[in-house]
Parts: sequence; C-alpha cells; structure tokens
Amino acid sequence: MSQFTLNLIVIGASFALYIGIAIWARAGSTAEFYAANRGVGPVMNGMATAADWMSAASFISMAGLIAFTGYDNSTYLMGWTGGYVLLALLLAPYLRKFGKFTVPEFIGDRFYSSSARIIGVVCLLIVSITYVIGQMTGVGVTFSRYLEVSNSTGLWIGAALVFCYAVLGGMKGITYTQVAQYIVLITAYTIPAVFISLQLTGNFLPQLGLFGTHDASGLAFLSKLDQLVTDLGFRQYTGHHNSTLDMVLFTLALMIGTAGLPHVIIRFFTVPKVSDARKSAGWALVFIALLYTVAPAVGSMARFNLTATMWPGAETGETFSAEPITLEAIETSPDLEWMRRWQLTGLLNWEDKNGDGFIQYYNEANAANAPVAAIVEEQGLVGNELTTVNNDIMVLANPEIANLPGWVIAIVAAGGLAAALSTAAGLLLAISGAVSHDLIKGTLMPNISERGELNAARISMAVSILVATLLGLNPPGFAAQTVALAFGLAASSIFPVLMMGIFSKRVTKEGAIAGMIAGMLTTILYIFTYKGWFFIAGTNMLPDTPDAWMFGISPASFGTIGAVINFAVAFIVSRMTQKPPVHVQELVESIRVPRGAGGAIAH
Amino acid sequence: MSDRQSSNAYWQANLKIIYICIAIWAIVSYGFGIILRPMLAAIPIGGTDLGFWFAQQGSILIFIVLIFWYTARMNKIDAEHGVDE
Repeated sequence: MSQFTLNLIVIGASFALYIGIAIWARAGSTAEFYAANRGVGPVMNGMATAADWMSAASFISMAGLIAFTGYDNSTYLMGWTGGYVLLALLLAPYLRKFGKFTVPEFIGDRFYSSSARIIGVVCLLIVSITYVIGQMTGVGVTFSRYLEVSNSTGLWIGAALVFCYAVLGGMKGITYTQVAQYIVLITAYTIPAVFISLQLTGNFLPQLGLFGTHDASGLAFLSKLDQLVTDLGFRQYTGHHNSTLDMVLFTLALMIGTAGLPHVIIRFFTVPKVSDARKSAGWALVFIALLYTVAPAVGSMARFNLTATMWPGAETGETFSAEPITLEAIETSPDLEWMRRWQLTGLLNWEDKNGDGFIQYYNEANAANAPVAAIVEEQGLVGNELTTVNNDIMVLANPEIANLPGWVIAIVAAGGLAAALSTAAGLLLAISGAVSHDLIKGTLMPNISERGELNAARISMAVSILVATLLGLNPPGFAAQTVALAFGLAASSIFPVLMMGIFSKRVTKEGAIAGMIAGMLTTILYIFTYKGWFFIAGTNMLPDTPDAWMFGISPASFGTIGAVINFAVAFIVSRMTQKPPVHVQELVESIRVPRGAGGAIAH
Repeated sequence: MSDRQSSNAYWQANLKIIYICIAIWAIVSYGFGIILRPMLAAIPIGGTDLGFWFAQQGSILIFIVLIFWYTARMNKIDAEHGVDE
C-alpha cells in the first residue's frame, strides 16, 4: 500500500470520527451552543482544553523551535504551560462562578459599562482572528504535504470540516470532537517519539531518553548533541546565549497571554462547579504536559538525527570520522526518499556548491571558530550546502528521518490536522460568541429570541470560518509571527482587566477602559515598529534586531510590558474616578465564593 | 455582618495560598530555570545541569503538582468557611 493511500485512510477515518461526533452532539439551545450546558466533567474538559490549546504551533512548530535553538527556547515550554497555574489560581474559578457565556460579558458587567464590553469584544476579535490565521495556514500546509493537494484546496477541505461540527454542535459538538482530537494528536506525537528515543537512547520514555545515554557512543545524549553541533560551528544546544531579561519577559508574556486567551477561558465555563474549574485546569495541564515534556526530546533527537544523517560518522564515533553524505545518496538512496519528498514542499533544500559530490551541512557564519574549520579547508567548502531546513519539518518529517513505518507517518499527518482543527474550532466559537452574544444580543438587538440568537451564533460562526479561510489563503505574516501578536495582545489587554475585575473592588470602568486601551495600543505600536505596519515588510520604522529594541526587549516579549502599563494606568485612573457602585462591589464579593454557582444540568 | 466577616476570612485564606503558589511558580521557572541557572550549574543531570532540567521538564511537573495542591487546599478551605458547593 502506498504512503498516499495510507495517509488517505488514516486522515479519512479521523475525519469520519469527528463528523460522527458532531452529529451525535448537536446543540439545541444557546446554553448548549456557548457552554455545553455546563455539564462537562473536569477530566473531559481538561482533555478538550488541551486539544483546544495545543495548536498547529505546539504540534508542528514548537519542537523545531527548540531543536534549532536549544535551551534558549525553553521559554515556549515554560510559557505555554505556566499560564495554566495563573488560570487555576487567578481566573477560571471566579469566571465560572460569574456564570455567563463570554469573556466580554464579564468585562461589561464588572465594569458596569457597555463601552468596556465593546472594547473587550474588539480585543477578543483581534486576538482570536490573528490566532486562527495561524491555524488555517497550518491546516493548508499539512494537507498539501500529505494528501498531495494544493495548499488552498487543503484549506477549503479543513474549513468545510470545521464548519460541519462547529456550526452544528457549538461548544457541545466542539468539546466532544476535541476530546477525540486530543487522543489522535497525542498518539501521533508520542509514537514516533517513543521509537526514536528507543533507537537513540534505549529509553522507552522520551522524557527519560532526553536525559539518558546515547547508546552508540556511550555519552550522555545531550553531551553528544552539544558536541556534534558545536563541531559544526552551531551554538551549544544546552547553552544560554540570549538576553536573560528578554527570556524572562518573553516567558511571562506567554504565560499571561495563555491565561488571557478567550478561547481557553471559555472552556472553563462548561464545567458544573467552581471547584471543577480549578481541578479542570490541573487536568488540562496534565494532558498538555504529555506533549510538552515529549517536545524537547523530539526536538533534540530530531536535530541529532538530521545532523547525523548529513555526517554519518557522528552516529557511532567522532563527527568527522566518516565522509559526509554524498549528493548521489540523497538523490537515489531509498532511505533518504524523505529528503526528496520534502524538497518538493520547499521546506528542505540542498546544493552542492563546490561540486565535490558531497553535501556538507555546517554553520558557515561561525565555521572559522569551530572544529569544522579543518574540513572547510581540506574539502574546499564555499558555504553550507544544506541550504534550507525549515523548523516545521522537525516534527512532520521526524518519523521519516528515523525510518519509521508508513502508518506512523500517516498518524502524524492526522495528528497535525487534529491539532490545527481543534484550536481553530475553539477560536471560532469564541469569535462567534462575541459577535452573537456580546454585539448582537448585548448591544444591537437586546430583545432577540433564544432561537434568533442561536441562529445568529451559527451565522457568525460561518462568516468567521470564511474570513479565517480567506486570511489563511493570504496570511499577513508567517504563522508564528501572528501567534506572537495574539499572545502579546491577550497578555496586555485581556488578562489584566480580568484579574483586576476579580481581585480589586476599586478599579472603575474608566480605569478598566483606559488600561485596556493603553496596554493594547502600546503593545501593537511596539510590535509594528519593529515588524512593520500590519506585518507588511519594509514598513518597519526600526530594524528588528536586539540592538534596536528598547532595553533589549523583543517585540514578542512586549506583552509583559503592555500588561504592566495596563495595570498601572487602570489603578491611577481608578484612583481619580468615583468608586464602582454598590451592586458591582457585591458582584465581586459573590464571584469570590464558590457557593451558589448554579447546579449542573445533566445531558 | 457575620456573613461578610466569614467571607473576608475566606478570601484572606485564599489569597495566602495564592501567594504561596505564585512564589513557587516563579521560583521554579524564572528562578531555577533561567536566572538562577548558573548557580545550579554544579549539579549535573544527564549531560547537562539542573537548571536545564527545570527549564525543559521540572517546572512543568511542578506546575501540575501546584494546581492539584491548590485545588485540594481550596476544597478544604471552602468547606471550613461554609462556602463550598
């Protein structure tokens, strides 16, 4: 059976499963559509949250980001998990007690102002739409690679599938498909990792393999990897090379950004009780950690395998103990068929620059200071000959690099799609809730009937899917960049206003509005200053380099500063304005205690 | 009035646990994983040092323990102050 047929069967089966669940879990009321009737148990909600949360960026890109940077990108691992501690401690239980359907609704009620609610909607829309673009791009890439269709066809297929279960099922349909998608994606991520860990270190668990021994050389795996990459002139894998301040700020921006993402927060509205919201955050993190503790192993081992493919001597002995890989092997060897296949996608490429019949992979920028200098001299190298290695192939090509069987490759494809689709669905639900519940019912047509609102929710969901797909066809920047923007904005606008709404009775509507606007605008300005207006290349006012950054703070880390500005402005303005009315102070008292959250509705 | 006092005491108890958890959360990630890593460099673990382990694995495991510990403590405090569900 060909690889294509296998991919088709596995991906097709996973899609049939999602659609089956969607039909079984159709939503009949707005309570079902927005919050699955608050009848989802904490463990199941944790699993759905994990799928909702782990996007194409987590599944496809993160291990590659770690693979090529090493320790410095631990920021993603800590940042994208530590946010759940903040959610469990500072937001989820109180917002569940509040007991409404959307994040802007809380902002509007707590800050007794429909202007605040509208600003909340604007923040939510900017965050969620930038985030969903990245997911749709991920869907397109995965489809085009595995099902041999064009990028845009892949996108439309993905959009049609999300349309089926998100529009029909709302939160209820999305929750149960996300549970299925979690199982698919975690299986897909773990299986190749277990195989590769066994091959390299003899450890069944990748988490142990990462800190285990490289079997063939008898060295600690990470020492072996450090040695291999530094031999070739790359930075030491376990070393700390970037600014410590920026690393702290970036991790913090990811953590508070995670806690401020509306599509993650609304998942905690679906559990029956306040104590379940706390517990559910814990379970979500357990399920997330199953992937996040495997990712650094996948990254480092894929980096090792790729590099050792180029320098076969590294497998058993010294890096330069054997000749580098030949051009002939890359172009004809059945073991290296994956290189030829990935070359077609443009994510991998090579060029025999000096025409010696070998492809030498090394860091030409730093070759003079590394052991590879001798090879450069001896073999007459004129530059690195593995010219393109995209981060994303570290996960997608991983099973092929390690020569794993075809069905593993097919499962990885289904897993990548599950990760992107589950996140896209969660985001689309947050968007449609904000439009139909906050804008239409909350502001424009307060007297709309339950049926009318449900229809409005479905229509806004369909429109959101269309917009997301069109944006995915013409992404404004590459996926990771837009996701960085989403985190920066969630950190600087939504997280602070929610936290102040719960932990302070003194913050007023003027304070909250001024804080949100100040936090969001400074963050957007800072990002656009270095990345270009709306990410259009060439329109940046300052070069995007550490020397030009204010105090060495990168645009992606600025969300932390934006959050500080938000808090500061909100407190100062609140001091200068009239205290919130008594009923608002009572609302804050009431969300602080769990009792009376409204019982579960069985379904 | 007694209701208000009880809910104040409850809130203070909650805040105290939140402070403890946030302190641990910050120490394992920003502390051991990043800023204090050079101080932990002497403690080797599988080809690297303890700080690297905290940054890539240890902090995540401790985050999980923290949330479940917080949940258990809060369930107890909810019951003690009569605000459980």
